[in-house]
Amino acid sequence: MAGTGSAHLRPEVDSLLRVEDLVVTFSAGKRQLIQAVSGISFDILDGETVGLVGESGCGKSTTGRAIVQLPRPVSGKVTLGDQELTALRGEELRKIRPKIQMIFQDPISSLNPRRKIRDIVSEGLDIWEIGDKASRNQRVDEILNAVGIDPANGDRRPHEFSGGQCQRISIARAMITEPKLIICDEPVSALDVSVQAQIINLLQDMKQRYGLTLIFIAHDLAVVKNVSDRVVVMYLGKICEVGKPDTIYRQPAHPYSAALIAAIPVPDPKVKVSTENILGGEVPSPVSPPSGCRFRTRCPRATELCAEEEPQMREIATDQYVACHFPLSPGEVINFGAGV
Amino acid sequence: MSKPEPLKSPDTAIMAAPHATLLEIKNLTTYFRSSHGLVRAVDGVSFDLNRGKTLGIVGESGSGKTVLARSIMGLLPKAGLERDGSILFEGDELINLGPKSMRPYWGAQMAMIFQDPMTSLNPVMKIGNQISESIREHLDVTKQYAKELAEQLLISVRIPEAAQRLDEYPHQLSGGMRQRVCIAVALACGPKLLFADEPTTALDVTVQAQILDLMAIAQRERFMAMILITHDLGVVAGRTDEIVVMYAGRIVERAKTETLFSHMKMPYTEALLQSIPRVDQASHVRLATIPGRPPDLVNPPAGCKFAARCNYAQDRCLQEEPPLREASPGHEYRCWFPVDTPEGADALARNRERGTTASGLIFNPPTPALANKQKS
Repeated sequence: MAGTGSAHLRPEVDSLLRVEDLVVTFSAGKRQLIQAVSGISFDILDGETVGLVGESGCGKSTTGRAIVQLPRPVSGKVTLGDQELTALRGEELRKIRPKIQMIFQDPISSLNPRRKIRDIVSEGLDIWEIGDKASRNQRVDEILNAVGIDPANGDRRPHEFSGGQCQRISIARAMITEPKLIICDEPVSALDVSVQAQIINLLQDMKQRYGLTLIFIAHDLAVVKNVSDRVVVMYLGKICEVGKPDTIYRQPAHPYSAALIAAIPVPDPKVKVSTENILGGEVPSPVSPPSGCRFRTRCPRATELCAEEEPQMREIATDQYVACHFPLSPGEVINFGAGV
Repeated sequence: MSKPEPLKSPDTAIMAAPHATLLEIKNLTTYFRSSHGLVRAVDGVSFDLNRGKTLGIVGESGSGKTVLARSIMGLLPKAGLERDGSILFEGDELINLGPKSMRPYWGAQMAMIFQDPMTSLNPVMKIGNQISESIREHLDVTKQYAKELAEQLLISVRIPEAAQRLDEYPHQLSGGMRQRVCIAVALACGPKLLFADEPTTALDVTVQAQILDLMAIAQRERFMAMILITHDLGVVAGRTDEIVVMYAGRIVERAKTETLFSHMKMPYTEALLQSIPRVDQASHVRLATIPGRPPDLVNPPAGCKFAARCNYAQDRCLQEEPPLREASPGHEYRCWFPVDTPEGADALARNRERGTTASGLIFNPPTPALANKQKS
């Protein structure tokens, strides 16, 4: 995997957000550096939903945060419209903030427990001094209605709401400044299945109603497939595969994508649970990632070539890009044989 | 990863004569006194579990599934607790036993794996000691032998370099490895019954599959009974013999796993299944949702507890609570207008016509395409 290269990027004029060769590092003490994201590129068209998937530690959340420059990437370019975010500083960067918003995993801890939800939602308007007090209030009512929270409950505090309702309030807070792009970092992982479906439907409605563009970060592949127009599979700070969700799920080309898809539990007892297709082992330490293809330590197809040379992104089928020396052909099943 | 030998002892030493029924729960209630009133967390639950079988308990947050498991194990704090009914474990009544009398059961006869492997291990205790602690408590063995057993257990849960791991602390392991350690701790004394309370909810999909497989193997090797608690019907589908669906502290449907999926009778079960996004659906298919929230457990509504959220609801549902009825031997459900019956179809048709259900909910059934897909 590896995934350097930018064969999968589309013409620059079409994209709303463009991420090129993004590198994010963290200090791990003792002068060690962890490269959480190592040179990934992707682009998002206006009105598109891009899903980022991968196991814990693959750098998907870090990528989302680096787009809003928190933390700032070490190198690489992030461009929103015609503005290069990585080049902006101070006040100029602050002016961009209303256009990109985030929604986090844990709805309860991402809302300030001491504040009334009406104040939480209107904070963006207050900071940017948009409109007068009456029009702000009206705007808050509108947006609360739109996410399915009764504005009459606006004077309550977050603990009086359920997890699903808190996530609706988080969505209202993100929407209030009329952003172009919302980065959703595991927005439904902490919720029950029934509530999860409500929130996913709500995000889809909001997207249609307000013409939003979404980055949807999640480890649940079924959820990602449902919401995305384009899926980016990540592993250990690199991109493995990019393509349309229906294509990737029907015929994954990267062994890692195949492993992720095979691990999804199917709610049907007639589908035999197979221990053979299960990927064994764990993600290696990002302090000293494997040479060449980073997935080779867990990949049954790995050869010496994979250790020596990092595979580059290439188009394997129409609008399906993979970074693998030995991609799967359509219909091929890979046996990881690791079991437990 | 090399495949180690299956673990031989220590469970063989205390293997009892195989009982047909291991656990028999009759009309178990578990209430909590609170400042708002009596919270009816578990309200009259009955089921049996045989040795070597796996039971899945499914429901949303607040349906009482976790309280049920802890109530059976006697792990709930005593303050404000009101527990009644019968818990027969190998014929012994456990309902009246306090913590002191439960000690011989905990670990040795029944054990539990919790949701969050990060917080269920002691952060300042070496892994080896956490495993051998219960071995030393229940079995008369030397310290050295307990340590060897602990190493065997770590090998049996597929932890690489088991010998070194014994002297490490939980923070040195990943989430998946920690959950393996929790399984080793639970298996240490060869329990006859293992509770797993959302064991994989905090883990990645790939690790989830590994952990569920590991538990299935451990169960087969030991002929252990298991109760798998989850909110995800996908997790229990391929891995249980029987499923209990809980809602508002009660069992609303109970059936063999295949029967439950192929002939579900309870609208709640149907709604739960339909709200799961499936990979075999095309992208952007609108998901069926269950509107609203579970009812207040202090003042539960009269009639069927699910009526307020149910597409089938009729006037009768709001007044009379349906009893647990038998659809076929071993398949019980609690509904006046069950799924896939003439009564259910009539109820749906009536609600479709007037646009709302008897409880005033806007009628909004899942798209027919999806419903057909589930049945095929």
